[in-house]
Amino acid sequence: MSSESQVHSGYVSFRDVETKYKGILAWILSTDHKRISFLYLYSMITFFIVGMLLGLAMKLELIAPGKTVMTAETYNAFFTLHGIIMIFLIVIPGLPAVFGNFFLPILIGAKDVAFPKLNLFSWYLYVLGAVVALTSQFLGDGAPDTGWTFYAPYSFKTHTNMLPAVIGAFILGFSSILTGLNFIVTMHRMRAPGMDWFKMPLFAWSLYGAGWIQLLATPIVGITLLMVVGERLFQIGFFDPALGGDPVLYQHLFWIYSHPAVYIMILPAMGIISEIIPTFSNKSIFGYKAVVYSTLAIAFVGYFVWGHHMFTSGMSSTALYIFSFLTFLVAIPSAIKVFNWVATLYKASIQMEVPFLWAASFLFVFMIGGLTGLFLGSIATDVHVHDTAFVVAHFHFIVFGGVGYAFLAAMHYWFPKMYGKMYDKEIAIFGWISFTVGFFMLYTPMFLLGYQGMPRRYYDYVAQFHGWNIVSSIGAFILAAGFITILVNFIRAAYGDKIAPNDPWGGKTLEWSIESPPSLENFEEVPFVDKHPYDYSEPTSEK
Amino acid sequence: MDTNHTHEAHHAVPYKTYGIILAILLFLTAISVAVTQIELDSLTVTVAIVLATIKSALVLYYFMHLKFDDIILRIMVIAVIAVLALVILITLLDYIYR
Amino acid sequence: MSQDHLTHAEHRDDEASKLGMWLFIFTELLLFGGLFVVYAVYRYMNAEAFHLAHEELSVTMGTINTVILLISSATVAMSTSAIRLGDTKKALILIAITIIAALVFMVNKYFEWGGKFEHGLYPGSAELAARGQGEVLFFGLYFFMTGLHGLHIIVGLVLLTISYIGVKRGTINGESPVMLDNSGLYWHLVDLIWIFLFPLFYLIK
Repeated sequence: MSSESQVHSGYVSFRDVETKYKGILAWILSTDHKRISFLYLYSMITFFIVGMLLGLAMKLELIAPGKTVMTAETYNAFFTLHGIIMIFLIVIPGLPAVFGNFFLPILIGAKDVAFPKLNLFSWYLYVLGAVVALTSQFLGDGAPDTGWTFYAPYSFKTHTNMLPAVIGAFILGFSSILTGLNFIVTMHRMRAPGMDWFKMPLFAWSLYGAGWIQLLATPIVGITLLMVVGERLFQIGFFDPALGGDPVLYQHLFWIYSHPAVYIMILPAMGIISEIIPTFSNKSIFGYKAVVYSTLAIAFVGYFVWGHHMFTSGMSSTALYIFSFLTFLVAIPSAIKVFNWVATLYKASIQMEVPFLWAASFLFVFMIGGLTGLFLGSIATDVHVHDTAFVVAHFHFIVFGGVGYAFLAAMHYWFPKMYGKMYDKEIAIFGWISFTVGFFMLYTPMFLLGYQGMPRRYYDYVAQFHGWNIVSSIGAFILAAGFITILVNFIRAAYGDKIAPNDPWGGKTLEWSIESPPSLENFEEVPFVDKHPYDYSEPTSEK
Repeated sequence: MDTNHTHEAHHAVPYKTYGIILAILLFLTAISVAVTQIELDSLTVTVAIVLATIKSALVLYYFMHLKFDDIILRIMVIAVIAVLALVILITLLDYIYR
Repeated sequence: MSQDHLTHAEHRDDEASKLGMWLFIFTELLLFGGLFVVYAVYRYMNAEAFHLAHEELSVTMGTINTVILLISSATVAMSTSAIRLGDTKKALILIAITIIAALVFMVNKYFEWGGKFEHGLYPGSAELAARGQGEVLFFGLYFFMTGLHGLHIIVGLVLLTISYIGVKRGTINGESPVMLDNSGLYWHLVDLIWIFLFPLFYLIK
């Protein structure tokens, strides 16, 4: 192995290091950022499989008109739980909690995050929130059926078991806030000597932007959910029209958080793509500072566009115009990023490795999702397609396409670093093909169906929509097959004996300069960084 | 060491400074209560909010040490307050023009 | 080398803790911020009813509580100076005054809330419902916002008590005062929010 020469004496991987506790306790009581990252990773994969099975069940129901496999009530409960799991347990915490935890300290040359105990505490809050939210399924008067948005007044009128779901979401929000806080302090205080702000890798920058949104937007939904709790317990009247409250105000408050939450998801995804594209282009990112500023611009402007979720809820027309304008505005920095990524690829000598395939396909799904978002951001079109399958297709392209593709891109990119092993390339490519074919078959027909008027959240539809629904349902199963292929490939690799070199892709950021997997302390000596993060001016050392 | 203070980040602010700020805060509270007793109609709210803003600025600047701390904290505080103000303003735009 | 690093890391730690506390304070500000949004909207929609409802609140009581909080804020700030000047005894007295002020505030609050409940002015009561929607919202917000503020007082009390014990045991001292500083910062936040709650509920016309 070429890595042999770089391993210095006394190196012990963080996975094998001797700790005070043994077995599973060595993991769930560890404050090592890398172990915490794995705790999140394994919890999320578990939840994702549950969420995916719920999604598949819904697609099975929609394979034919009328009742196919479940009742309307079950369908309502399923899409609610699918939404809660996917949004609150996977995509919002996903990239920061797994890859942020593992790589942020390494990327900036630190030994850990600023508050390691708080970091572990965040994971416990995450698990607690998840458990509380999931108990709503089994206790009380039936599973929640409001959708993940908990819209008032239905959320405090329904007889179903809303309280645990809402309180669970509140706890999960708190976990997310503490993670964001931890990362921001880490970047302010713990950058390696020599690394000024504009030498920081772009994934770190994206976590910085996302961290601020976590910090400033999450409390708004926290208080809103508490108000719903108050509403259910004490009939205060905040959002109850019978008592003078305004349900539209609930929507305002909910989306003041939940729209920026989209940027908590997508900013780190963009950050990961900004790491992968230079590595596989063997070239520095085009317009580093433009990418940084656009990250901050998205974080800032993205905070003020929440009203575009409410175009048909009876807002004043002044508010409609302002929100529509701001929505178009936020597309500019997003487009700047896409431009920069494509410009990085221009005339580059590209390595067609698996992570690059995921990153390149991210560009496609993200642009389809982004452009259809502009359809929805223009008021007239939105009136036509709101609450249809078109919206569902749009946000699955952005949220599942954006975060899902970035997650799998990151997983294929950093797997050798995290496990010290290499996966099978052929199987990985097969998984990518199956996943992508399934993805497009599943969601593209929903644009057409929505445009023709098929409403979302219905367990039934009229016969004219049958054809495309069959395509969509089959696509769902192809996608799931692709996902399972990828998962099995990773599991096999983790237990396999194909050792990965320290720098399999010729990456230039700090994580590639240390052992795979890293030692407990990450760096034997704190590195001095005086170079740009993607400095390809020197020829790449042999892989 | 116990009398003079240096301009380091960790220096002790003299008790007198806090005493003066407290006196100003109590004085401003007295004014804001007094103002509500006379009839100023719609101005009352404005005066009360302006006085509250001045009071909170004093608390932030002196009690919470923004005056003595790194400039980055001041920038952050201003940015956070601006975000909150914009959120309230934009939400009200819906209701005022409805 | 390792010696250098240790001291360096410790020095950094203090600044990091302070920054962390500030970021947490921002979160808390936005938590109340959501309620201020609700307040602004409903006051705009029910200006008349809010005016009528506020007359049920005692300006005297509110003013007393404001004065108590302002004084306690000043004393906790002074305690951070005292600990830096090495005057542990004075620091302890100042923290103790802050804690007592917080307790007095809560006692006042208890009687204030109790009075409202006696008059049947609480969410869901028939008396309140008879007064109309605007007053329902006013008192809903009053109880929710002052209640949440009260919870923060309790958290602040816990932090101050921990700091008191720390100073007494000597774990908080002039060299590492960060725990006391952060408790103080949190306490100022509680004060800061009350500075706005007071005019919005007790003084509006």
